[in-house]
Amino acid sequence: MPNPWPKPEVDGDSRPFWEGLHQGELRIQRCEDCGRHIFYPRSICPHCFSDRVRWVLATGRGRIYSYTVVHRAQGPFAEEAPYVVAIVELEEGVRMMSRIVGPREEVAIEKPVRVVFTRVDDELILPFFEVLKEG
Amino acid sequence: MKSERVAAIVGVAESDLGETPGKTVLQLQAQAAKAALEDAGLTKDDVDAVFTAGNWAWSPPMMLAEYLGIRPRFTDGTNIGGSSFEAHVGHAVAGLRAGLFDVALVTYGSTQRSDRSRRRPPASPQLTAQFELPYGLPTPVGAYALAAMRHMHQYGTTSEQLAEIAVATRKWAMLNEKAMMREPITIEDVLRSRWIAEPLHLLDCCLVTDGGGAVVIASARKAPLAAKRPVWVLGHGETHTHNTIVNMPDLTVTGARESGRRAFEMAGVTHDELDVVEIYDSFTITVLLTLEALGFCKPGEGGAFVSGQRTAPGGDFPMNTNGGGLSYCHPGMYGIFLLIEAVRQLRGECGPRQVPGARLALVHGTGGVLSSTATVILGRD
Ligand SMILES: [Zn+2]
Repeated sequence: MPNPWPKPEVDGDSRPFWEGLHQGELRIQRCEDCGRHIFYPRSICPHCFSDRVRWVLATGRGRIYSYTVVHRAQGPFAEEAPYVVAIVELEEGVRMMSRIVGPREEVAIEKPVRVVFTRVDDELILPFFEVLKEG
Repeated sequence: MKSERVAAIVGVAESDLGETPGKTVLQLQAQAAKAALEDAGLTKDDVDAVFTAGNWAWSPPMMLAEYLGIRPRFTDGTNIGGSSFEAHVGHAVAGLRAGLFDVALVTYGSTQRSDRSRRRPPASPQLTAQFELPYGLPTPVGAYALAAMRHMHQYGTTSEQLAEIAVATRKWAMLNEKAMMREPITIEDVLRSRWIAEPLHLLDCCLVTDGGGAVVIASARKAPLAAKRPVWVLGHGETHTHNTIVNMPDLTVTGARESGRRAFEMAGVTHDELDVVEIYDSFTITVLLTLEALGFCKPGEGGAFVSGQRTAPGGDFPMNTNGGGLSYCHPGMYGIFLLIEAVRQLRGECGPRQVPGARLALVHGTGGVLSSTATVILGRD
């Protein structure tokens, strides 16, 4: 493996998120004061500046806010292209970057998606998403 | 024009552009700084404020000032990406208004094209980058592709409309002997160029070049002593709305809405009074989003606005008259070249690409992944 997948540098904000993936959990945060959800994780609510933020489980469902098909990729991803990178808006209202896996022709903005915990190598599990069948 | 005269751009210059093997970022900036001061009719000893942006040293302004032999009384190393230099103009006006200095030297230099062969370690997925880098979005083009895809979805904007911008900008480059790409292209050529990140093709993307530039800004007291007539800073505004693309509040609306509004209000001018606009064109979509956010057209109407080669030479909306980042040069953080071209247009120095009688110009920088914006409105007496 000459080009290993880039490893997140887990820190005091992010540890519960990355550990959750190994337990099949998509963890995000919620502010105890204003009630809004927060992602990426942080020590203070960016909406009301409360420091009472708590980890909660996301449902893992959302929709595609936007996406791109990457044809010319850099570094460790060069040989993998083409692939789909998307911004997914979770049901809880927060957005996260991810990959959309599955048939390319099903990918479209506003399509409903659900999380697929994907082991990309020995160490790393990433929360990718797949398009849900409508109806 | 009701804005008071606080600061004027009195000198501008580029360094060597394109491919400059063997040159350093310091050499390029020294070359541009010397030429810009000569253009201004001022000397190094007149400079008492230094502005630069880069990531080639832990403190670029300190390394540069030492190299040039300048001991400034005011320093600004603000780096918000490609719009840094438009922000520097605003900061310089504030400093001049407060009487903190008289002559500011703003510089930029990059050897990114010559450096391409060197292997750079990939960016480290730390702090907030750990939630983006593992997914393999190429930066910055992938972020702009996400915005373009959303705009297409929301408004029906087409690849042909984005291509209009690339084609019109190339026509300006054909009139600029310093431009790197001077062969004519068609909308078909843009659409047939290879995908980089859908919906952006190769010809929707800026060049990768070396190059540097410098701008000299003087107080109202000092400006009349300069060699050429002053180009006054009439208004400015800046903001940043996010750092990573996922955190952009609305992928179709940039901070230009705020920075532009503040610049127009300060300058006391209206859109239809402008003679020429220089808008950061890292990608074709950058221009389209900026035109909408600045209020030249309504949200979603950017595609129609640029259709019919409206921004090309001879069109009724002269834009990116040097050939832009798409066809002239793009050494990483392009914002300083927008200022240089606007000043030359307002001085009437642009030869075959001169917009006749240009008196008022808008310059707009965009940095990061549509993250930062800074708008400057310039005018001559
Ligand atoms: Zn809150």
